[in-house]
Amino acid sequence: MSNPISQGQNNKGFWSALAQSQSTNEFLKGLWKENPVFVQVLGMCPTLAVTNSARNGLAMGLATTFVLLMSNTLVSLLRKVIPRQVRIASYILIIATFVTLVDYAIQAISMELSKALGAFISLIVVNCVILGRAEAFASKNTVGRSIMDALGMGFGFVMALLALGSVRELLGYGSIFGLLVFPPVYQEWVIMILPAGGFFTLALWLFVFNWYKTHKKAL
Amino acid sequence: MTHESLWAIFINASLINNFVLAYFLGICPFLGVSGKMATASKMGGAVTFVMLISSVCAYALHSLLVAIGAVYLQLISYIVVIASAVQLVEMFIKKVSPTLFRALGIFLPLITTNCAILGLALFQTNKGYGLLQSVVYALGAGAGFTLALILMAGLRERLEYAETPNVVKGTVLTLLIAGILSLAFMGFAGLGSN
Repeated sequence: MSNPISQGQNNKGFWSALAQSQSTNEFLKGLWKENPVFVQVLGMCPTLAVTNSARNGLAMGLATTFVLLMSNTLVSLLRKVIPRQVRIASYILIIATFVTLVDYAIQAISMELSKALGAFISLIVVNCVILGRAEAFASKNTVGRSIMDALGMGFGFVMALLALGSVRELLGYGSIFGLLVFPPVYQEWVIMILPAGGFFTLALWLFVFNWYKTHKKAL
Repeated sequence: MTHESLWAIFINASLINNFVLAYFLGICPFLGVSGKMATASKMGGAVTFVMLISSVCAYALHSLLVAIGAVYLQLISYIVVIASAVQLVEMFIKKVSPTLFRALGIFLPLITTNCAILGLALFQTNKGYGLLQSVVYALGAGAGFTLALILMAGLRERLEYAETPNVVKGTVLTLLIAGILSLAFMGFAGLGSN
């Protein structure tokens, strides 16, 4: 598999050589081929709710990546210990423990950020991406591969949240990461900050992905 | 404890701050089960029922955790209670109505990971609602969820036969409808103060 993101001719050889190894493959599939948001359409709630600015999106993405990494590692380590019948309950307990950690950590680092993300930090527990990876991947694979998988999926998630957050912040406030991009005369599209804007922006990105997929051969 | 009137809480949770269209909670079943009207209404009923149970349990649990000074266990204990409540409802429906059990299929156990339910438990704790207020809040949230699901199912059933370009078929179209619905629900904002 060659990475479709790389455009330059020089990069191609490097990428395909790197993609030979299996762990790189585990990592890359989360970024592009099986991107949790754009391809699998999982974890919609935080994706839509906290992406009214690029900064919030990034923070949420990183918090989720951390929980995903820790839970994937632990689930993979314990995969021979946990009985099949109670596996989902055990996974949820593992995830909830790490989410509580992240919640208190964010409160300690930045109260302002904690207020902006609100209950959505706690709601990482019920993010289907995390439980999905624990059940579909970490419970069947070695620790090393599970870590690569978690990193790939996590960064794929961060990428998607950043993509949504940047577009919404750019159109809604005329800035990215709080830096003014458009001149002050720019009339803000308030709708992009509102909940409806989240639905529209995600629809737009999925539309771009679908269009790319159907027109790939023609390009 | 707050002094919001019960009616205000109900209207607030069901219309003004609709869980699906304003808070983005429970988007997965909202996109997944809103294809047919009949399934949508049953799903709404099941979710409302689980919300009621977990709301009462969350109220009791929070009082207990505050009493023993272990609030940091809140998240873990809530999710365990919700998972058991869903299991209970599943067994109940299977016994009482096997047809409904088959109709809901995989989405019944998935109610556990429906963020609307955990969100409800967390919000009512943050707002400091009493027992009666919590129950009304759960009823309002459930009604709002059911309303959004049914509206969506109605729109999607109509659009099934419309001619739409291939690129927007599926999730893109559903999200666009959801966006327009969300805009429409903003009209309720004048009904009360946040």
